[in-house]
Amino acid sequence: MSRIIGTVCLSHVPAIGGAIQKGLQDDPYWKPFFSGLPPVREWLQKERPDIAVVFYNDHGLNFFLDKMPTFAVGAAPSYRNEDEGWGIPALGAFKGDAAWSWSVIEALVAADFDVTTCQDMLVDHAFSLPMTMLWPGPGMPPVRAIPIAINTVQHPLPSAARCYALGQAVGRAIAAHAGNEKVVILGTGGLSHQLDGQRAGFINKEFDLLCLQKLIDDPQALTGYSTHELVRLAGTQGVELLMWIAARGALAGKAREVHRTYHIPISNTAAAIQALAAA
Amino acid sequence: MNATAGHHEAHAIPGTTLFDGECAIKGLALNRMCYSFNNAANRAAFLADEDAYCREFGLNVQQREAIRAKNVLQLIAAGGNVYYLAKFAGIFGLNVQDLGAQQTGVSVEEFKARLVAQGK
Repeated sequence: MSRIIGTVCLSHVPAIGGAIQKGLQDDPYWKPFFSGLPPVREWLQKERPDIAVVFYNDHGLNFFLDKMPTFAVGAAPSYRNEDEGWGIPALGAFKGDAAWSWSVIEALVAADFDVTTCQDMLVDHAFSLPMTMLWPGPGMPPVRAIPIAINTVQHPLPSAARCYALGQAVGRAIAAHAGNEKVVILGTGGLSHQLDGQRAGFINKEFDLLCLQKLIDDPQALTGYSTHELVRLAGTQGVELLMWIAARGALAGKAREVHRTYHIPISNTAAAIQALAAA
Repeated sequence: MNATAGHHEAHAIPGTTLFDGECAIKGLALNRMCYSFNNAANRAAFLADEDAYCREFGLNVQQREAIRAKNVLQLIAAGGNVYYLAKFAGIFGLNVQDLGAQQTGVSVEEFKARLVAQGK
């Protein structure tokens, strides 16, 4: 049986990539966010997970509106990032594990999640930034990744309840996986923010703090929100909370908070980092 | 198909458009063009001959005018999806604070100050 050590959920704002590139981690604007990373890295270094399941949302690098899967699972030996339109140099290839991916896919489809399978999938900043923040260079992260993309581009989006159930099914797949590997679950994006429309710049601290608490001790409570309610409460892009909900679903049972950072703003976003250990 | 249901419900959130089926149909050509801007050669081709590039992707008049004006609210009204529009904005070095300021009708400094104020 393989085992989930816990979850790490964190924001993936593209500007973070620019800040890393320019070495601005200690700049007064950036420090409140970046200073949250070392304690999480230390925890990961102590736990040494072999596998990272990464719930993230593609922002129009791999998927376009011609074919938009609700849930897509990577099944590749490696995953590359590419130019997303602003010319930031792409990183090297992240390690995957196709056999592990297929065992998760088998379990998900058996549990009635009709996922799209991807043997060739570019991963955008929502995958690459969290990975490089948690395992900074030189070299690529020491974990093999299983990316799971959840659609947040094209409504209708999957519900919070459905994303939570997806996470639960992933958790069961990991628990049933032969071998003795350690798995960390990542959820990327959020928290509240809105880029588009006259409501651009919307942030909801009260709701974010409620979610951070519920993720620890009562994640089921978050599954009652419709996606429209989540947009209203967290913003059009704050709906990325779905990744956090899916990640928490995978971590069955009680959780202990290892670390939390919450800071307003990074770019247009209420930035957050939360690590939960299986309790 | 009942593409209007989500659209109408979305209007219940002020200043917000949910990109639903109706938007997807309306904005396909515009979004396809913006998606092409992932590629540096395509960004250069657009800058070299904007008219020809927009024609190639079959933009309608509303979309063509919104691109010409670089106006985010007009682009959204023309069916643009913010994830792809961000790549169009990137060509001109505009970040999300620039876009936020434009959409809310304030200066970039004022927009940034509003963001900071929400953390208090």
